[in-house]
Amino acid sequence: MSTDIDNILSEALNQLADTKNLTELDQVRVNFLGKKGTFTLQMKQLGALDPGQRRETGQIINQAKNTFQQALNQHKDALQQAELDQRLAKESIDVTLPGRGQQIYGLHPVTLTLRRISKIFSSVGFTVEEGPEIEDDYHNFEALNIPAHHPARAMHDTFYFDAHTVLRTHTSPVQIRAMENNEPPLKVIAPGRVYRCDSDLTHTPMFHQVEGFLVDSEVSFADLKGVVYEFLRAFFEKDIQVRFRPSYFPFTEPSAEVDIECVICDGEGCRVCSHTGWLEVMGCGMIHPEVFKSVNIDSDQYNGYAFGMGVERLAMLKYGINDLRMFFENDLKFLEQFN
Amino acid sequence: MKVSESWLRELVNPPVNTETLVEQVTMAGLEVDAVEPAAGEFSNVVVAQVESISQHPNADKLKVCQVNVGDSEPLQIVCGASNVREGLKIPAALIGAVLPGDFKIKKSKLRGELSMGMLCSEKELGLADDADGLMELAKDAPVGADVKEYLQLDDSIIELDLTPNRADCLSVEGIAREVSVLNKTDWTPVSVSPSSIMHDESLSVDIHEPEACPAYLGRLVKDVNATSSTPVWMQEKLRRCGLRSLGPLIDVTNYVLLELGQPLHAFDAAKLTGSIVVRKSQPQEKLALLNDQTIELDGEALVIADEKQALALAGVMGGSDSAVSDDTTSIFLECAYFNPVLIAGKARSFGLHTDSSHRFERGVDFTLQRRAIERATQLITEICGGQVGPITEHIDESALPERTAVILRKPRIASMLGAEIADQQIEQILSGLGMQIEHVNDGWKVTPPGYRFDIAIEADLLEEIARIYGYNNLPNKSLLMRSALGQAPETLVPLDRAKDLLVDKGYQETISYSFVAEELQKTIAPDDRFIALKNPISSDLAVMRTTLWCGLITSALYNINRQQPRVRIFESGLRFIQVQGETKQEPMLSGLVTGNVLEEQWAEKSRKVDFFDVKADLEALFYMSAQPINFVAEIHPALHPGQTARLYDKQAKAIGWLGMLHPSLEQQLGFDNQVFLFELELQAILESRAAKFQPLSKFPFVKRDLAVLVKEDITVDQIINSVHECGEKTIQSVRIFDIYRGQGVEPGYKSVALSLTLQDPSQTLEDSVIDAIFSHVLQSLKSDINATLRE
Repeated sequence: MSTDIDNILSEALNQLADTKNLTELDQVRVNFLGKKGTFTLQMKQLGALDPGQRRETGQIINQAKNTFQQALNQHKDALQQAELDQRLAKESIDVTLPGRGQQIYGLHPVTLTLRRISKIFSSVGFTVEEGPEIEDDYHNFEALNIPAHHPARAMHDTFYFDAHTVLRTHTSPVQIRAMENNEPPLKVIAPGRVYRCDSDLTHTPMFHQVEGFLVDSEVSFADLKGVVYEFLRAFFEKDIQVRFRPSYFPFTEPSAEVDIECVICDGEGCRVCSHTGWLEVMGCGMIHPEVFKSVNIDSDQYNGYAFGMGVERLAMLKYGINDLRMFFENDLKFLEQFN
Repeated sequence: MKVSESWLRELVNPPVNTETLVEQVTMAGLEVDAVEPAAGEFSNVVVAQVESISQHPNADKLKVCQVNVGDSEPLQIVCGASNVREGLKIPAALIGAVLPGDFKIKKSKLRGELSMGMLCSEKELGLADDADGLMELAKDAPVGADVKEYLQLDDSIIELDLTPNRADCLSVEGIAREVSVLNKTDWTPVSVSPSSIMHDESLSVDIHEPEACPAYLGRLVKDVNATSSTPVWMQEKLRRCGLRSLGPLIDVTNYVLLELGQPLHAFDAAKLTGSIVVRKSQPQEKLALLNDQTIELDGEALVIADEKQALALAGVMGGSDSAVSDDTTSIFLECAYFNPVLIAGKARSFGLHTDSSHRFERGVDFTLQRRAIERATQLITEICGGQVGPITEHIDESALPERTAVILRKPRIASMLGAEIADQQIEQILSGLGMQIEHVNDGWKVTPPGYRFDIAIEADLLEEIARIYGYNNLPNKSLLMRSALGQAPETLVPLDRAKDLLVDKGYQETISYSFVAEELQKTIAPDDRFIALKNPISSDLAVMRTTLWCGLITSALYNINRQQPRVRIFESGLRFIQVQGETKQEPMLSGLVTGNVLEEQWAEKSRKVDFFDVKADLEALFYMSAQPINFVAEIHPALHPGQTARLYDKQAKAIGWLGMLHPSLEQQLGFDNQVFLFELELQAILESRAAKFQPLSKFPFVKRDLAVLVKEDITVDQIINSVHECGEKTIQSVRIFDIYRGQGVEPGYKSVALSLTLQDPSQTLEDSVIDAIFSHVLQSLKSDINATLRE
C-alpha cells in the first residue's frame, strides 16, 4: 500500500515540476487533490480497509498529501513570482521620457515684480488702488502742485490728447483720487502703466510705476525712511546700504531720492552705477501741504508720506537685465527666463 | 550747471578735497552728475609763437613753420591747421610730450620735412570735444611757459543737475553760499564797486508791463573797444562752465550770469532808435534772434523794443539787429528782473531754452540787479575801456516779489522729521542759508532772502533744516502703523488668479505698448473709434489701442519671425475706445494662440490648435468665476465668419469675442498658420458668486443616452437648452458625446448624441418614470427645434 502511495506522490511531484504556469499547476492540483483527484480517491478507499490498517494507511496518505500540498504551495509561489517578474519586466518604461500634455508658461517679469512689491506692502495693510491711464490735467499736474508752466512740467515729457487730457506721466494721480474718495487714515499702493514722450536706450515711452502713500496723524520723515529702508531690504533680499538724498518733487516736501548700494558691484563701482557705487531707485517725501489742500485734508491734523518707484528699473536690478527695451518686445526666449 | 572748482574755491575754500566737496553738495540736494578734469592728461606742452611760415614742398595742405618755444633757436614744426599764421601764439607739444590718450610726440618727418613737435588744438589737449583749428592763445601769453600752468588747468569741472526749485544755485556765488553752510565756514562774495560816471547820457526807458518786468536797469557805456580780447582767465572760466568765448562784451555778460546768476544783455547803442520800451509784442510782429531764427510773436510775449521794432524776447534772447559786433563802439547794458510766473513757458513756446530763460523762469534774485550791472560795467571797462554813463533804474516795488515771514513752530520739527534738533542748530542752519530769523512764541518767524523762491510755507523750512542737518542723520523708525483688518470678498476673483490659470494652461504673459500704429488698429478693428496722441513718439505708436489684439499680434509675429512658430500669449490691460464721444478705459484680458496645440512630443500626435482648444481655456476661466457664459455665432470684421463667437453673460451683455483670425488678415499680416484670438472684459471674469451648499441626494443617479436628428443649422446650445427648458427637474446634466453625419443621416441633417444624467433627491428613479421623462424631453425637442429621435 505504502508503495502505491509513494508512487502516487512521486508521480504527483513529477507532474507538478513539469507545470509552467498557474493554469497547468491548478490542473495538477485538481488531478491529485480535487474531488476526483488521486489522493481523494485513495482516501475514499480507506473505508474498505480494516480498522487497524485504515488508521495506518490514512496516516501514510495524509503524509503524502501534505508533502504534495507543500510542494504545490512552493511551486505556486515560484510560478506567481515568475509571472509577476515577467509582467514587471514587460511593463517597465523609460522614466526619463518627458510627461505628456500642456506645459506651464509664466508671467511677465514686470508682473512678477509688481506682485512682490504688492505682497511686501500688503503684509502691513497697504491696499491696492488703480486709476485711469488717460488722465485730466488736474489730477496729473494741478492737484499735485504742478501748475501750468511750472518748470517741473518740463521734467515730464507728456503725451497729450488735447490741452487738458494727457497720458498719465506717473501713478501719483491715483494718490489724489484715493484721497478724494476716502477719509484718512489711508495706506495705499497704486501700481500701473505710465507714459513719457521719450525713447532711447534707457527710456521707453511706456513703463510701470508703483506709487505708495500713507496718511495718518503723527507720521514723520523718520517713518518714511523706515518703510523705504525695510522695503528695499525685503525686495532685494539683502542687507543693503540705503541713502536718502534731498531732491525736489512739487508734491512732496521734504523730498528725497533714494539710492541703494549698487547691487551689481556691491558698491565697488561699475558701469551700471556709473562708478559711484550707488543706484537711484526711488523718489519719496512727505506729502506737500498744497496737495492736502487740493483734496481737503487738514494738513495740521494729518500728514503723510508718499513714494514712487520704477518697476522695470527694480526688475532690471533684481534680475540683472541689461536692456530696458526687452520688456516690451515680448520675445518668448526672454520672457521664459522668468518662469 | 557746470562749475569750475577753482573758481568756486576763490569764494569759499573749505578744507575738504574734491571728492568730499562733491559728496557734501550731492547729499544737500545739489546732485552732481559728473566731475571731470579741466583738461586731459598731458605734459611738455608750452606756449609758442609762430615766427614764419613756408609752404610744404610736397603737400598742398601742410605748412612748414618756424616756431619760437622759448629757446634760443626756433623749432621747425609741420602743421596742417587752417588758422596757422605768423605771429600767432599757440600751445606746442615738444618732442617727448605726451598728449591725452597716451599720444607720444616724437621727432618725425612729414612728407620729407622734419617736424620737431606738434602745434595743438583745444581738442588735442582735451579742453574741448572738437575744434576747427589751433588753439589761439592771448597775445600776451608768455612764450616758453608751461601751458598747464599758464591756463591753470589743475582744476575740476563739477556738473550739477539742479532741481527746478534751486535757482539760487545757478551761479558760482549761490553754490559758494551753500558750500559755506555745509562746512560752517565763511564765504567771500564777489566785491563790486560802482564805476565812476563819466558822461550823463542815457536812454529813456518806458515800462508798459511792470507786472512782468518789475525792475529794469540800463546804462550807456561809450567808446568801448569791442575788438579787445577777453583775458585768458575769463575765457578759461567760461569754457569750464560750458560757454564759448564770443568776444569781450558777450563774454562779460555771460561771466556775470555765471558768477552772480543775473542774466544781462548788451545792445549795440548805435543800432537803437529812440527810447527803450518794455511791452507786450504785437500779433504777427517779427523778431530775428541771435541764433539766426526769426520768430513770429503772438501778442502775449514780453519784448524789449525801441521805437522802431522789437529788439529782444525778454528774458530769453536778444535780436540780431541790435547785437554787438566788432564794430560796436557804444553799448546799452540791460539788467532786469522778470516775473517768473509771467515769463514761464514763453521760451519753450518758441522752441527756445537759454541760460537766461532757464534762470528767469526759476527766479533771479530781485535785489541783485544794481550789483550785477556794476559788476558787468567794471569788467567791460577793464577789458574794453569805455566811458560809463549813469544807471537808469525803473523799479516797481509793488510788482516785486514779497518775502513774507514764515512761522516755524518748534513742535512741528520733531513731529515732521522725527528728530529732536537743538534750537541753536536750527538757527544756525536758517541764518546760514540767508534767512532773517526772529523768535516768536514756541518757534521762529523766518524771512527768506531774495534769492530763494522756494520758501513760502513751514514745510519749506522743515525741508531746509532736514537737508542741511542731513537726511541720513535723521532716524529710521521701525514700522509702527495703524492697520485695519484686510477684506477677503468671495464674490471677487483676483486678477492674479485668472492670470495664473492661463499660465497653468500654457500661456505666457506679455506686456505691450498701449499705443499702436494707426494702420494696424484700423486693420484689426475697422469699426472701433479710437483716439490719437497729439504728439506721438513715432507713427508706430500713434493711436490708443481699442483692442489688445494689436499688441498680441505684433508680439506673435516677432516670435514667429524668430523661429518660434508656436505662440500662446495673453495680456491684461486697458483698451481705449470712443463711445458716443467719450473715451472709455476698459480693463481687458486677451489672448492669442497659434501653432500646434502641444509642444512637439513623443506621446501625442502633433495637431494644430483649433477653436475648441481655446474655448476650453475660456471655459476654465468662466468655471473659476462660476459665471454662465453663452457663446453665440456672430460676425467680427477681423475674424473668420464661420469660427467666431461673441460671448454673453447671464444678463445677455456682450463681454467679449473668441474666433479665428480671418484668413485674409492672416495672410495680410504675415502669419502662415491659423491664429485664434480672444478678448474678454475683465469685469466679466472677476465677478464671481459665493458658493451655497446644496444637500446631496442619497439615491443613485441614472445615465441614459439618446441621439436626435436635427437640421445642420440647429446649434448644440439650442438642443441643450430645449432639454433643460422642458422643466424636468431630475435632469442634472446634459453632455454631448457624438456628432454624426453620413450614412444613415439625410444630407443637411446631423445626428447629435446626448448623455443625460438623472437623479431625484427623494427616490430611486423607476424605469417607468425615466421613460416618461424621456418622452417629455423628446416632445420638447420636437416642438422647439424639430428634432427627431434617431432610431
